[in-house]
Amino acid sequence: MTVIGTRLPRAEDPRLLRGRGRFGDDFSAPGQLWARVVRSPAAHGEVRDLDVTEARNVPGIAAVVTAGDLPRDLVIPVRLAIADTDLSGFLQPVLARDTVRYVGEPLAVVVGDDPYACEDAAELVGIDIGGRPAVLDARQDPPRVAAELTRGYGDPGAAFARAAHVVEIDLAIGRHSGVPLEPRCLLAVPGREPGELAIFGMTKVPVWNRDLLADLLGVDETLIRVHAIDAGGGFGVRGEFYPEDFLIPWLALRLDRPVKWAEDRAEHLMAVNHSRQQYHRIAAAFDAGGRILALTDDVVQDNGAYCRTHGVAVPELTVAMLPGPYRVPAYRGRVRVVLTNKTPCGTYRAPGRFEGTAAREHLLDVAATRLGLDPVELRQRNLLTRSEMPHERPISTLGTEMILDTGDYPALLAAAVAEAGRLGYRALSAGTALPTRKRRGFGLAMFVEKSGLGPQETADVTVSRSGTVHVYSGGTSLGQGIETVLTQIAADAIGADPGAIRVTAGDTAAQPFGAGSWASRSTVVGGSAVHQAALAVRRRAIELAARVLEAAEEDLDLAGGSVSVRGDPAVRLTLADLAKVAAPASRYLKEGEAAGLSARRRFEASHMTYPYGVHAAVVEVDSGTGRVRVLRYLVAYEVGCAINPMLVEGQLRGGVAQGIGGALLEEFRYDEDGQPQAITFIEYRLPTAAEIPPVDVLLCQESPSPGNPLGVMGAGEGGISAAGAAVANAVRDALGLPGSVGQLPLTPARVCALPGAIAGPGTGGRP
Amino acid sequence: MSMHKISLRVNSREHELAVEARRTLADMLRHDLGYTGTHLGCEHGICGACTVLMDGQPVRACLVFGVQADGTEVRTVEGLADGEQLSDLQQAFSDHHALQCGFCTPGFLLLAEAYLAETSADALTEAQARELVASNLCRCTGYQGIIEAIVATARARRK
Repeated sequence: MTVIGTRLPRAEDPRLLRGRGRFGDDFSAPGQLWARVVRSPAAHGEVRDLDVTEARNVPGIAAVVTAGDLPRDLVIPVRLAIADTDLSGFLQPVLARDTVRYVGEPLAVVVGDDPYACEDAAELVGIDIGGRPAVLDARQDPPRVAAELTRGYGDPGAAFARAAHVVEIDLAIGRHSGVPLEPRCLLAVPGREPGELAIFGMTKVPVWNRDLLADLLGVDETLIRVHAIDAGGGFGVRGEFYPEDFLIPWLALRLDRPVKWAEDRAEHLMAVNHSRQQYHRIAAAFDAGGRILALTDDVVQDNGAYCRTHGVAVPELTVAMLPGPYRVPAYRGRVRVVLTNKTPCGTYRAPGRFEGTAAREHLLDVAATRLGLDPVELRQRNLLTRSEMPHERPISTLGTEMILDTGDYPALLAAAVAEAGRLGYRALSAGTALPTRKRRGFGLAMFVEKSGLGPQETADVTVSRSGTVHVYSGGTSLGQGIETVLTQIAADAIGADPGAIRVTAGDTAAQPFGAGSWASRSTVVGGSAVHQAALAVRRRAIELAARVLEAAEEDLDLAGGSVSVRGDPAVRLTLADLAKVAAPASRYLKEGEAAGLSARRRFEASHMTYPYGVHAAVVEVDSGTGRVRVLRYLVAYEVGCAINPMLVEGQLRGGVAQGIGGALLEEFRYDEDGQPQAITFIEYRLPTAAEIPPVDVLLCQESPSPGNPLGVMGAGEGGISAAGAAVANAVRDALGLPGSVGQLPLTPARVCALPGAIAGPGTGGRP
Repeated sequence: MSMHKISLRVNSREHELAVEARRTLADMLRHDLGYTGTHLGCEHGICGACTVLMDGQPVRACLVFGVQADGTEVRTVEGLADGEQLSDLQQAFSDHHALQCGFCTPGFLLLAEAYLAETSADALTEAQARELVASNLCRCTGYQGIIEAIVATARARRK
């Protein structure tokens, strides 16, 4: 009986529930020093002087370093390079030397015995910055364009010229980001050899970070070991290589002492990747029957002060994924990546899709009004059908050709509409006997996600003498439950009890070829590698058992952690027995044969797999105060195969909560001088339980992915992709707007300014 | 900085130590006494990840100084299980998938534990549980599992 598809309790839970998790700040080393980063108080200016004398003289301070102490021209390179874009002039220095470009940019590091004393000393660093004007609106003319990208095919111009209907809207997406609950933390411990380091706190892409750190330090990469940790949420931002990821290890080597750094929340909100902020002008051309002839989008992305490790991946994904699940004969998406004096941007869960889906799906709702069609009917007329799959779209993204691999989009949309009806969404949104200021609305949006980015993932599976099956994966634990999922995959493939499996994820010594956990790839690519390695161990166990039992391999079966002869269950060898049979001194090994009951396998993926879904929301808008409440929320999602449905539902529900945050609450605002206005949880409004409704999930497993042996598609991002769109469409419906809501998040002030709200120009509400 | 000698009980164990006046209870628990299950998410009293019980009342350990805990009984997440046996609330969190990364979990467990200890005789509605849970922040789960776990525990304890 397979454990795939079961709601197995999570392997991670017992330790986390008992306070025995090991997060970044839970690691310490004897003799460790603490670091405090001194950050720019100005948004833009020339560094005229940094006076560290007084800080250096504080008792217990071991060192204060500035850019002058670092190798010159030390910048953090791009991890996700996109062909034909040269970002070398826009990369972030590890410490600012001559110019600062955002509030929070690292200028110096204070290191000492005690974290409180380090904070005191950091405040004594004299900072003299000659202020320059701060650029805070990416639409300012002329913009400082770091890159411009276009994706598309066909002749949209001709299509627009002959169209029966042309609909165009503007939609701005607010600046917000992942904001995991655990701030970043790093501990770097020097070892016995010169350059040897143990690192605690890196995650997401530990091998890539290790290799980059080794290159920047000029040491062999195997001298650096990144240890597996528990991470308090990832969401795209945690684990990218930031300035501190060089500074802390470098200081540990320079001072020959362990150095630990734990950022505070204010630092996190102004130092860690921002995301999302884009201005879309999107247009569609329709024929008289409401069929899309062409789609265009012109996007400006406010990328903040630098290009970081993601390069232009977010804007590229925005325009590459924009056509979504629809039949779009001609398309052109252009995005200009503009630099401003704000915290630089990177990816945040469903990068480019949250933004693009919001623009496209909001446009379709506006178009449905203009064309006099029901929004669902308009979508059904344009969705790619099962007979058109796989659908090759002449667009590349993240270096892969886009082939929408499988699915039945119209069926899922119909199922979602039926489910929303069954759950009473329509009746709830119609509302009866509401107070006069309250308006309700229903909004729906459809999306295509991407998952399973390659090029590869490697897994090692080995059985120890106790019979424990050890899985060494290159993915990392970010809270998503990777240990549980890989346990289920390995248990199924080998034929062992899940309790016998132990997963280590993200230790660079245990798995030196891992590509990390991001882009909804861990289950798809990492899981497939584990599947293959575990199958190989299964075959090896049977091969060895055949020698011991002097039986034919085809007469043997491995189940419940033991190999037995078919039809004679009394004769059996456990995995523990077979690990000993494979031990180096075993008489069962042939001459020259490698010892060990273990296997390493590499799963390659040249194309991504594309899950898809529908979001539906019922909102209540107080047209007097502008407050929007989400009353109900539904996600219908095709995942191919759910290894653990409980975890998939958890991913979807958690994603919805974050999406509602981005649609209604969360925003990094700046004042006119470029001072960040959201540096605490008072101003940066994460949703609480009071803002998040129960989320209904319709989990579908109708279209297994053809690209991997498990048939799985990623589930990490489908809960958030269409949240901005669904909420915007529901608010538009509630207020009876003819056009776009204009801007997300839909804060009370913005809602009040919409026509249909009491404070708005077109008061009176729906006709 | 002057040091202050204090004594307190943490999870029924006696501790005596000297702390700076400005040292927070959270830092003292984590770094001086080794109770690293108490997590710091914001250090300004909003997220509630550092919630512990001081004489039975939930407090934000980031907003309490260590010296204020002198003479008190503090309960942290490490004190919830009975040996290797998870408490009913901890087990319900696992059953209802009320945690993902687990960083906020200790705070929610102690918040709910204090509430359930006071109100276990009354029926806990989902709306009441939601209001309680709105005290703290979770970035992973969307709160649904947390609310379900607390309601289920309250129901089971009433029986």
